[in-house]
Amino acid sequence: MSEIAPLLRGQEIVERGLAISRADGCIVLVNDRTEANLRWANNSLTTNGAMRSRHVAVVSIINDAVGSVGRSVSTVDDLALLVSASERAAREASPAEDVMPLVESGDAAGEWEAPPAETSIGVFSSVAPALGEAFGQAKAVDRLLFGFAEHVMTTTYLGTSTGLRLRYDQPSGRVELNGKTGDRARSVWAGVGTRDFTDVDVAALVTEVSGKLDWGSRQLELPAGRYETLLPPTAVADLMVYLYFVSEMREAEQGRTVFSKRGGGTRIGEKIASFPVNLRSDPQEPGLQTAPFLATEVSGQGTSVFDNGMPTGRIDWIRDGELRNLVTPRWWAAKSDVTPTAYVENLVLEDPAGGRSTEEMIASTERGLLLTTLWYIREVDPQTLLLTGLTRDGVFLIEGGEVTAAVNNYRFNESPVDLLGRMTEVGQSKRTLPREWNDFFTRAAMPTLRIPDFNMSSVSPAS
Amino acid sequence: MPDIDAEFTALPLRQLADAALNRSRELGAEHADLRVERLRSQNVGLRDGRVEYSRDGEEIGLAVRLVHEGTWGFAAGMEMTTEEAVRLAEQAVDVARVSAPVNTDRVELADEPVYGDATYVSAYDVDPFGVPEPEKLALLTDFCERLMAADGVDHVNASLWSVKENKFYADLAGTSTTQQRVRTWPEFTAVAVDRAQGGFETMRTIGPPAGRGWEYLTGVGWDFEAELAELPELLAARTKAPSIEAGRYDLVIHPSNLWLTIHESIGHATELDRALGYEAAYAGTSFATVDGLNSLQYGSPVMHVTGDRVAEHGLSTIGYDDEGVAGQQWDIVRDGVLVGYQTDRNMARLMNLGRSNGCAYADSSGHVPVQRMANVSLQPAASGPSTEDLIGRVERGLYVVGDKSWSIDMQRYNFQFTAQRFYLIENGQLVGQVRDAAYQATTTDFWGAMEAVGGPQTYELHGSFQCGKAQPGQGAPVSHGCPSALFRGINILNTVTEAGR
Repeated sequence: MSEIAPLLRGQEIVERGLAISRADGCIVLVNDRTEANLRWANNSLTTNGAMRSRHVAVVSIINDAVGSVGRSVSTVDDLALLVSASERAAREASPAEDVMPLVESGDAAGEWEAPPAETSIGVFSSVAPALGEAFGQAKAVDRLLFGFAEHVMTTTYLGTSTGLRLRYDQPSGRVELNGKTGDRARSVWAGVGTRDFTDVDVAALVTEVSGKLDWGSRQLELPAGRYETLLPPTAVADLMVYLYFVSEMREAEQGRTVFSKRGGGTRIGEKIASFPVNLRSDPQEPGLQTAPFLATEVSGQGTSVFDNGMPTGRIDWIRDGELRNLVTPRWWAAKSDVTPTAYVENLVLEDPAGGRSTEEMIASTERGLLLTTLWYIREVDPQTLLLTGLTRDGVFLIEGGEVTAAVNNYRFNESPVDLLGRMTEVGQSKRTLPREWNDFFTRAAMPTLRIPDFNMSSVSPAS
Repeated sequence: MPDIDAEFTALPLRQLADAALNRSRELGAEHADLRVERLRSQNVGLRDGRVEYSRDGEEIGLAVRLVHEGTWGFAAGMEMTTEEAVRLAEQAVDVARVSAPVNTDRVELADEPVYGDATYVSAYDVDPFGVPEPEKLALLTDFCERLMAADGVDHVNASLWSVKENKFYADLAGTSTTQQRVRTWPEFTAVAVDRAQGGFETMRTIGPPAGRGWEYLTGVGWDFEAELAELPELLAARTKAPSIEAGRYDLVIHPSNLWLTIHESIGHATELDRALGYEAAYAGTSFATVDGLNSLQYGSPVMHVTGDRVAEHGLSTIGYDDEGVAGQQWDIVRDGVLVGYQTDRNMARLMNLGRSNGCAYADSSGHVPVQRMANVSLQPAASGPSTEDLIGRVERGLYVVGDKSWSIDMQRYNFQFTAQRFYLIENGQLVGQVRDAAYQATTTDFWGAMEAVGGPQTYELHGSFQCGKAQPGQGAPVSHGCPSALFRGINILNTVTEAGR
């Protein structure tokens, strides 16, 4: 690395990298990233930051073998070293299993020559004072606020030796607000995903948190057991994202997932949901827009480096309640004679017939539990996709169509696939922030689901 | 001991520090530090003996963290120039100013001696980044092929994750440290698929990630060859094993499983930032609140837990933490009572705990240091029993080996774990594997039910590269040492019944 040298533009890195390359095939992927964040606890700031980074990956293909090397490249010298390291890795590797001709055309999703999109700490210029005000109000009524606000802007430049030049600007933002009573005995949560923070209403989040804390003025201890339960959109999102992660065609065909069929093959074509719901990903989903092409520096988990630049249009994973597609890279799709698909970074579950609001669903509940979020979700049995986890930040008892008390938390053991098959009502789908996976998955729209017999395995004393 | 990489020490570290620290001082910072980090990593994955991916990565960057008028400011960048270092100092002050309206607690740091030009290199023999790629791939492929060739094995997954971490730290007080750490994490999983019945089972190696180099794959510190030779038989036994009957069982837990229970129910619960609520909205808080220090009965009297950042080959082991604090060892639970926390300099000062015990860590230059986990370890009994002796004391129970599924609540009370292998114990003898088991308990009940810990001969160091915490999310490597231990009357679930089948 040179001591003083001008920072190359992302586009230049792609062009120069491809020009230097002597490999049979080459992919250069640049991610220019800026981010800003604020974090607070006990009504006060804890950490913050403004960060800038660049990651450059060069994937060289030589005699069907792949060499993938990633670096934080700044200079021409860095880039030359990176390309040669990638070529050396390819020469030392054995032929890859997922070899396919590199993609030759794709959907341009932004102006190639434009500078990268950026964010800065200034994105919080209205959020920070609003938070400061909220902290003062919370303190006055002996309540505590905790949370996190983050804005990340990533510009991706993808170029291949087959002539592809694709660029995408991805904004990702999130705000999480956690409220507790002064004795920390009760805790609630509200969160939103956002592209640019112009739509973030701190006052509305504070109102939501205050309202949920007020619901807890009556507290009740309830035992473990199976309860009629309303799972709100954020909880459904965390469960569906897990399901999405294990939706790999090859694993299913090999008999290794919940989507494998007894006797061989997959469950594609099988009705797995009790309502004609759709579970889909669509790069153009309004408010949840994401890259319309695949960009990856490694193969694995349903993804192939040979597919870089492959258009990723709308895909229905479940349609009319029936499993329709699994994630299938081109090489495996060619073997299995199906259409190739790739992971898209958003997920929508909806009943095309519409559905009621969460408030209406509460009003029509004789006795049941209303959850806020789920936490620490982990796989217990991959054969059934049995997941365990905890309820977090508010479990409420509904009686006679109204929330009447806050109850203790639970550990649950449930499979999202089974839940789709057992749900008795699908509410109106709306944009939500997955609680557990929002570190890397912020774009989701989900309905509230009514589950007649959700398995609360044991009581958790946590609050 | 290997030297610190010349490529790293050739960076203009001192000049960057001078530029950033001088500018911070000019702008009125009470504290300022500069970190330069280079993180080399290699991830290799094989499926059924063929390389699925191999990725070599190197991230390098620099960051300034400072305290300005009592408020933190942090800025990170990537150009190794003095101009960039100055810009970051200025940007960090801006961040502190924007954040000031939401800050009500004045930041102050606990004192620490000054260490000038200190260096540290972790204990390893062979730098994994110096081993030719074909040699590495040949060994991994050979291991996988041997597994594939065994009866009853339909698929094999393997992965190897190697990391070399270089950190330079300098602060306004005059401390400057340069460090290098190496770690290695191999894993092999054999899969048996029953297509007719639509089921499958897996069995994974229990050889832990370790603060070691490439020598770890060739028999130093763990015998992977021997473990791989046993794996097909263990898998076959699991596929034929009966389903567990749910109920109360005595457990003898091997270190390969117990480490994760320690990590979740003691390691995280005794992080002071969690007890103070800093992680309340994300990783969570802790039932072990500060009013319980020196009084909370955490477990039975045989429970002695230490925190350390000095254990040889430990994944959390360092010379100096990311605030310039030297590595230490201290008690967390003694005679079953909570006696200590894991701290950083700000919290140590805030709680009047004296010196920080050195748990500040950032996973890259792009992230701010936060309090992260030390090697939190359960100590063995000086002339304690063997694992066989512990099993001999059980009439009806389970011997639990290897970690698998894990989950614990946000206050670290209620947990549920599964294992690679559960063996049924009857009248002090192992009678074979059972399947579909999970153990579920509340932390203090569980540790209160610990009747005995094994002797030093049963002690092993296990761990993970991937402990998650903080927002933005950061990963941290950590080890946990423990002996085999005996627990009475623990609740065992049948996971098939739990799934409603």
